[in-house]
Amino acid sequence: MTAVLFFLFAAAALAGALGVVLSRNPVHSALWLVLTLLSVAVFFLLQSAQLVAAVQVIVYAGAIVVLFLFVIMLLGVDREETLSDPIKLQRPAAIVLGVLMLGEVLVLAGHEWATGAQTAHGVPIHGLMDTGTDPGNNIERVARVLFTDFLWPFQLTAALLVVAVIGAIVLARRSGERPEDPGPGIPAAERARPGSGSGERPEADAETSEGTS
Amino acid sequence: MISAFASDPLLIGDLDLTIVVIVIVKTIVVFALLMVAVMFYIWFMRKVIADMQNRIGPQRAGPFGILQTLADGIKLFFKEQSEPATADKPVFRLAPYLAILPAFLAFAIVPIGGVVSIAGHRTLLQLADPPIGVLFLLAMSGIGLYGVMLAGWASGSKYPLLGSVRASAQLLSYEAAMGLAIVAVLIQSGSLSTREIVNGQAWDGIGSIVSQWNWAQVAFVPFVIFLIAAMAETNHPPFDLVEAEQELVGGFHTEYTGIRFAIFFLAEFMNLITMCAIAVTLFLGGPSGPSLTGLGIAGDNWLNTWVMPIVWFMVKVLVLLYATVWVRASLPRLRYDQLMNFGWKVLIEVAFVWAMITAVLVIAREDGAGTVDMLITAAAALVGAAIILGILYLCIPKREEIEEIK
Repeated sequence: MTAVLFFLFAAAALAGALGVVLSRNPVHSALWLVLTLLSVAVFFLLQSAQLVAAVQVIVYAGAIVVLFLFVIMLLGVDREETLSDPIKLQRPAAIVLGVLMLGEVLVLAGHEWATGAQTAHGVPIHGLMDTGTDPGNNIERVARVLFTDFLWPFQLTAALLVVAVIGAIVLARRSGERPEDPGPGIPAAERARPGSGSGERPEADAETSEGTS
Repeated sequence: MISAFASDPLLIGDLDLTIVVIVIVKTIVVFALLMVAVMFYIWFMRKVIADMQNRIGPQRAGPFGILQTLADGIKLFFKEQSEPATADKPVFRLAPYLAILPAFLAFAIVPIGGVVSIAGHRTLLQLADPPIGVLFLLAMSGIGLYGVMLAGWASGSKYPLLGSVRASAQLLSYEAAMGLAIVAVLIQSGSLSTREIVNGQAWDGIGSIVSQWNWAQVAFVPFVIFLIAAMAETNHPPFDLVEAEQELVGGFHTEYTGIRFAIFFLAEFMNLITMCAIAVTLFLGGPSGPSLTGLGIAGDNWLNTWVMPIVWFMVKVLVLLYATVWVRASLPRLRYDQLMNFGWKVLIEVAFVWAMITAVLVIAREDGAGTVDMLITAAAALVGAAIILGILYLCIPKREEIEEIK
């Protein structure tokens, strides 16, 4: 049953990834990306990483891709793109990086994980499940590690996100648009003048940069 | 075996055919119940609003017009479906189903009744009780956005696009407030599982009201914030800017006809019912309530195990649904900037501060604080929150200063 689910969603994830690359329409690409993200969430579930699966769906499918779509709609770039490269050497660089990435994944597949999931080589569960104390469920374990061993990186990440948000707001407000009372007609105005930031955009920009930073 | 659904006694141990059949039957029954509930809710809503406006409301189809929704549904089903020439056809066809699927899936985590026996197997009267529980709801409400958003975009015309842009901004904004309101409940109950949240609120005699402090921490502030945010999430008036008739014709569903149009409405009302059911689960104790043991009926009688929990659940949901109709009939629609100001500058702050206070109180009680200590802690937490909010307020630049920066 687990194997069936794995191959089913592996196929879905690959189809989604191909769809992202091959679609000519950015909105279609974003939708294929959602398919891949949801399939990856199922992989997490199959590895008993329920919290990560939920976070994957909430953060990536539920917020970040939505913001991609939001920006695509606002800026009106939902036309088909030309296929000529604006940056030279982009394709060779992509191929080299892709090969490096593949190598990295293959190396990492042999390692053991703190969550206690099994490796690709079938190395048995290691880490927090063996500590002898009551391990609790997946969420409790992640919470315990997050607020003890990894508290400092966790707080630093939070600070980083706040900095990104504030920076985005400052940049958006400097553009000289009136920030108050955008009124309901603002999206139309946005579409007409892409690139000008005002009204609800600070929030949107902030969270987009959060996702990409 | 640690499975994702191990808290249900049905799924502990090996699977056999009976268990699979039971799960499938449960799914179908819940789906059918939700569909029927939507039909009756629409009739109920129209009748109650008509009553509040001194009209009669639907009265032709069936007794008291109860079959009106069914008649409308059949009519829409047989209508021609048009697709605009500028539409993005595949996405246009996909969008209604993307809208309705999460609405139904989110209901899966709602406990409808207690533990019952079906065909010799003990099981929970709820589709699934995953340990991530409430996070599943947040995930589904995140996914639910796609239906509305893509419908507006794929229609290929102006008003639907405006509607869907509004929808994405609104839903993202209010999801934050809703999440923070839920956080207070989660801190209080110490679990994400809906079943454990409900059990934590179960009636334990009159003394439990004081001793547990549940009601003071989650009954007022988070409950109200959750209800407001849930209405905004489901595009319920006064937050129905997404389909504001006077401004956007029909908003995201302007170009939709026939059964696809009907599916959007089904999704919207299904979402509303699901949200009310979740509110009952998180704040009102779900299916728990006084049983019939006082009337001389034994505790393991089918009336007490099957009927009473379901009745309590339905009654609670119905009260909340009546409240939503009341709101629909009485409040005018918000302006867009009012909506954003309210969400970002009021709801999120209040919910955040309240979650902090709840955390402080829970820690205080775990450290063995008595009632007086608890009151002092609560007061100190409130003062601290007020100071922090005051400092934050002073940090916000005044209107003149913003003008100067420019």
